[in-house]
Amino acid sequence: MTYLAKPRLHHPTLKKNAVGYTRRDYEGKVSTLCAGCGHDSISAALIEAFWQLDIQPHRVAKLSGIGCSSKTPDYFLGNSHGFNTVHGRMPSVLTGANLANRDLTYIGVSGDGDSASIGLGQFAHVMRRGVNMAYILENNGVYGLTKGQFSATADKGSKAKKGSVNSDSPVDTVSLALLMGATFVARSFSGDKQQLVPLVKAAIAHPGAAFIDVISPCVAFNNHEGSTKSYDYVRAHNEAVNRLDFWPSREAITAEYREGEVIEVAAGAEGGILKLRKLAADYDPSDKISAITHIARAAQKGEVLTGLLYAAPDAEDLHAHLNTYGAAFNTLGAKELCPGSGVLERINASLR
Amino acid sequence: MSVKRIEAVNDFVIKFANVNGSGSASANELFARAFLRMGIPVSPRNIFPSNIQGLPTWYEVRVSENGWLGRRGGCDLMVAMNPQTWAQDLKEIDPGGYLFYDNTKPLPKSRFREDIHVVGMPLTEISNSAYTLPRERQLFKNIIGLGALAALIGLEPEVIAELIGEQYKGKEKLLKPNLNALQLGLNYAREHLKDAIGLKAKRAYAVGEQIFMEGNAATALGCVYGGATVCAWYPITPSSSVAEAFTNYCSKLRVDKDTGKNKFAIIQAEDELASIGIVTGAGWNGARAFTATSGPGISLMSEFIGLAYFAEIPATIIDVQRGGPSTGMPTRTQQSDLLACAYASHGDTKHVLLFPEDPHECFTMAADCLDLAERLQTPVFLMTDLDIGMNHRLCKPLKWDDARRYDRGKVMTAEMLDAGREFARYKDLDGDGIPFRTYPGTHESKGAYFTRGTSKNPSAIYSEAGPDYQYNMQRLLKKHDFAKTLVPKPLLTPSREPARFGAIYYGSTSPSMNEALESLAQQGIFVNALRVRAFPFADEIQDFVHSHSKVFVIEQNRDAQMKTLLVNEAHINPASLVSILHYDGAPITARFITKEISEIAAALNVRPIKRDKAA
Repeated sequence: MTYLAKPRLHHPTLKKNAVGYTRRDYEGKVSTLCAGCGHDSISAALIEAFWQLDIQPHRVAKLSGIGCSSKTPDYFLGNSHGFNTVHGRMPSVLTGANLANRDLTYIGVSGDGDSASIGLGQFAHVMRRGVNMAYILENNGVYGLTKGQFSATADKGSKAKKGSVNSDSPVDTVSLALLMGATFVARSFSGDKQQLVPLVKAAIAHPGAAFIDVISPCVAFNNHEGSTKSYDYVRAHNEAVNRLDFWPSREAITAEYREGEVIEVAAGAEGGILKLRKLAADYDPSDKISAITHIARAAQKGEVLTGLLYAAPDAEDLHAHLNTYGAAFNTLGAKELCPGSGVLERINASLR
Repeated sequence: MSVKRIEAVNDFVIKFANVNGSGSASANELFARAFLRMGIPVSPRNIFPSNIQGLPTWYEVRVSENGWLGRRGGCDLMVAMNPQTWAQDLKEIDPGGYLFYDNTKPLPKSRFREDIHVVGMPLTEISNSAYTLPRERQLFKNIIGLGALAALIGLEPEVIAELIGEQYKGKEKLLKPNLNALQLGLNYAREHLKDAIGLKAKRAYAVGEQIFMEGNAATALGCVYGGATVCAWYPITPSSSVAEAFTNYCSKLRVDKDTGKNKFAIIQAEDELASIGIVTGAGWNGARAFTATSGPGISLMSEFIGLAYFAEIPATIIDVQRGGPSTGMPTRTQQSDLLACAYASHGDTKHVLLFPEDPHECFTMAADCLDLAERLQTPVFLMTDLDIGMNHRLCKPLKWDDARRYDRGKVMTAEMLDAGREFARYKDLDGDGIPFRTYPGTHESKGAYFTRGTSKNPSAIYSEAGPDYQYNMQRLLKKHDFAKTLVPKPLLTPSREPARFGAIYYGSTSPSMNEALESLAQQGIFVNALRVRAFPFADEIQDFVHSHSKVFVIEQNRDAQMKTLLVNEAHINPASLVSILHYDGAPITARFITKEISEIAAALNVRPIKRDKAA
């Protein structure tokens, strides 16, 4: 479908948001990802979230690393600047961009290879620094662009398409983000628009480092016998638990479930399907220690919690930590920045 | 047998051999500064280990009323305070020179040399009888030694007292015991060591307006003046003090008076990958940003440097060069990152390099780098080194023209877009290879683009088409070629007499080269010298090589990296170049250059015997 150009003309009666844009104005190029890829659902959620938040598209900067997920910033917010950076290094580029102009909204898109393997260091440190951004990790446990190798979030014991079995423990990005100091931490599922869109909106609005791990099944490389994320595997286990509406192959995976409920989807914990438990309605996301405990308890039961796990009520960002000037650095010139020849004369005098 | 005695006024080399962590650094610096206060140019160099306490360290002081600020080579007076390096230190003294040492514990005659003058003084004994705390005994021993040397060489005690006073301003408790220790040394030398050393300091007027500054501090100040707002770095010797000095200067010069807010952001990153990533992100978004690092950091940054080159993002990279990887030699100086920087990264890349000779140029060129990076939309390297960066050097005062405005390069604004100006991110509109860019957030419907490495057409739309790639690569080449019209020009030092030989040199070799040129001229060897200040090479460099029968290329690395660049990039016939290479970790010396050039020149001057054709 990628050979079809999107029509440029929009219907005049399309609904506009408070800043005068239609939802179409938040779209990007046609996706070149596989049909049914969870990542496209996430792009759709981002489009919806920005439209609903009344943010002018050009006031958003989209940054990504390398990989399938990192290609997606081309598929939403076509009137925003985007930057497809270096594998695993989006966080540092986003940090620099944010320092240069604090007035834009920053969205970082990454994958599990990008953030949990090659970029684990930058992932951890960008959370520590509290860069004001919404960091979306599109998590499918597999390397798509290089055709099916394990990523660091792959389940122990799961089998790759080419036959090898993963013996390493998976990285839990949500726990890591919490421990590193992220002030907004959530987990969701690409197929659960009802949950994802409000989470993305909240992450964008959050004045600090906001992180969402979005489980996003790979339809191309994690759909074979032996994978704990294959459709067949899920289908087989689905009968046993009988909770999930199953999806036909090559169509986007969706799931709606209520607070406190558990579903099973094609992304898995050790020896089984990933069991997503939506946080109860009365869960208090302002308590970090409780969030860490909840995640650990759920993991013990083989479940993965979804929803807003933690949001610090008193979040601050890097600019606050560094006490930076109010105006964007990229608007400052010699008048504001150069101390001038008089000062230099005094410096010279002090060096004699 | 009478031993020759080196007699010199305001022209000698004194070397202090110490153990690091013994508190010698402060006394050494006082010693060097005393000459400056007496109007005598001096050039000190720290030669130090990758260590905090216990390993050998040296402080070499070149005193030269003529203003030769490079290392000369040899040593006239060795102040040998380190038993570990005693034998090695003794060997370095020129015949007729002097050894000053602590003779509290007597040493057998076999441990000395007969062709030098030995000046012993019971420093430990004097210090131990005057002080009780072990720390005091150690620290004041250094000051007692300083007092003795002042008396021996003729440094004015008032000058040293004044310097000590400045050092301990506000810490009166420390001032008095330091002055006492100084006096102890002076008294002993005056009484027991009269006229023991033939090296004399005599008040002169050769320092003038010059300033005494470390290159790294000057680089940092250049970044402040040049408008850098973002600095991201990772600690690595010998570059860390660039970021530290930037922090220090910014806290004084860049805090908004009305709001108390900082017009700078400094991030000590988790590694060099993040440092250059932050710089790239800031540059992409229109802020002036730099990182400071050394060779290993360049290696780590290489992937990003390639991205910045292809995506055309301004970045200023300060490379304070040192010996290679790991630890040890890396605290020694070298010029060995030229090729690593010129071609940093994967794919076809070429980068702009600037070569400062001293702190003065570190200041001006750091500011130039920030302009060039934005004008050319590419990474630009300031190729300094440990010798310039971490030593105090006498240099011209720093200057800034208040009329200077930052060159932000080709940035298309919302007004220009509204006026209907064509915007295609990677299209050459002006014939200089440099396209226009927009900052993110500029315009609601025009000027946004998606930044990638290689795969794009001139409008920044994704493309893997061969012609699109080639267009872009040719344009980048054109841009690099255009850069040679913008970078600092090479500087010619013509010889007094017509010369067959030329010499090309750069960076920290400069002061030793200046002295070598004078020594060679005195021997009747005349050499025109060209100091290369940037890559890509100005056309003058090629012309210079062509107008000499042989050109020496003097470098501080093993592989003749500048020569390689000249051959590759200025299309110079390698046969016309003769490499002179110095790479033992210590800065190159004037004597080394003089000896090498005179030997090669002598060999080249041999005229072949004419064969008798009639035979």
